[in-house]
Amino acid sequence: MIAFTVNGRKRSFKGPPFKRLLDVLREDFGLTATKEGCGEGECGACTVLLDGKPVTACLVPVCQAQGRKVETAESLGRPGRLNPLQRSFQENAGVQCGFCTPGLLMSASRLKKTDPEAVRVGLAGHLCRCTGYMHIVESVSKAPSPLRERSTAALRGRRALARRKR
Amino acid sequence: MTVLRPRDAAEAVALYAARPAALPLAGGTDLLVLWTTGALNGRTVLDLSGVKEWRSIRKTVTGLSIGSLATHAELRGDPAVRREFPLLAAAAAAVGAEQIQNRGTLGGNIANASPAGDAFPALAVYEAAVVAVSRKGQRSIPFCEFFAGVKKTNLAPGELIASVVLPYLETRPRRQLFRKVGTRAAMSISKTAAAGLLWVGPDRRVRELRFALGSMAPTVRRLRAAEGLVKGKRLGRELAAEACELLRRDVSPIEDARSTAEYRLHVSQNLLADFLLGTQGSH
Repeated sequence: MIAFTVNGRKRSFKGPPFKRLLDVLREDFGLTATKEGCGEGECGACTVLLDGKPVTACLVPVCQAQGRKVETAESLGRPGRLNPLQRSFQENAGVQCGFCTPGLLMSASRLKKTDPEAVRVGLAGHLCRCTGYMHIVESVSKAPSPLRERSTAALRGRRALARRKR
Repeated sequence: MTVLRPRDAAEAVALYAARPAALPLAGGTDLLVLWTTGALNGRTVLDLSGVKEWRSIRKTVTGLSIGSLATHAELRGDPAVRREFPLLAAAAAAVGAEQIQNRGTLGGNIANASPAGDAFPALAVYEAAVVAVSRKGQRSIPFCEFFAGVKKTNLAPGELIASVVLPYLETRPRRQLFRKVGTRAAMSISKTAAAGLLWVGPDRRVRELRFALGSMAPTVRRLRAAEGLVKGKRLGRELAAEACELLRRDVSPIEDARSTAEYRLHVSQNLLADFLLGTQGSH
């Protein structure tokens, strides 16, 4: 049995140890935010965080997740309660078809610097066939930092501020 | 598929001795691509990712010992690698992109023996040694003698890569270069990749040149002919042109989906010329 944490919740998997983490997340845990693009680590669509670091889930055999922490796009916001990074993608037209978006969000959420050049380097492992990248870079650059901040007091304050601005 | 998961080096070596046909697995960035095609069905995998003693980067008296399971992201960010062996840090930062650098390991990259391994030109000019272990003990293999051909190494059955040792440079080089040439900056397999170190004496004569190219032959190549030519001489346009002509002797570029032999040769010669003349980036 392979035991690990997904989005803060303890999970166990009893199937084949070489099943791809991508397939375990989607098929066994029903977490379908993570998408399969190329299936060979080139496109970044299936990017999740493994112990806090972006990895392509199509190249991770589930046995290597044993005892580790996995985070998927389901750990960010949800419809009606988007996190600031997701909201920035929405507001800056960083999403068209949306297939690459969950992976991009996971990588972007770990960026320490968000000037456009740092974003381009940080997101170089992602392909987007719709936007031409300009709006994606803008979405990340304009998102309030730190990017992964969730329901902290500071975030609530910023939300209140954003509501007042609107 | 059977997956063996040793917890330490001794167990890894013992398991591999008992199952020499098993496929060693480190970060999986190459192996998983093959596995998905079904090419490895029924094979036994030896997952080395739990072997902690092969993860660390340690300073020794004579050099830096890099555990085979150190990832490219760790190499890229390690202060000792950046200070002492900046070309290796630069090469690690040029492999794939963030997600691949977080998973792919130096040992896995070397064991995979691709002609296009981005770290290889840097390891060649730093005159690294690969430390291989088996049940019989350990041995040190000079990096340039490690590869037997495309995807082939000189590891003996039952041998695993424990670490890569880089001897400290005695003096700082006057000039150094790492340059990967691909279709784009990230996620490309290189058309050519170069690493160079140059020492020049107070008399302005070349004390030593080390220059290596990747993706230009079945294995990484040091440009021995060009290195020998410039030794003891003053660098100038004529000498650089002569060195570029000699570059051909140590490589055998091919035509493939990524590039033509002519392009590979021409760009490699430009890189060498710019390096020797200190005009990097002029092309």
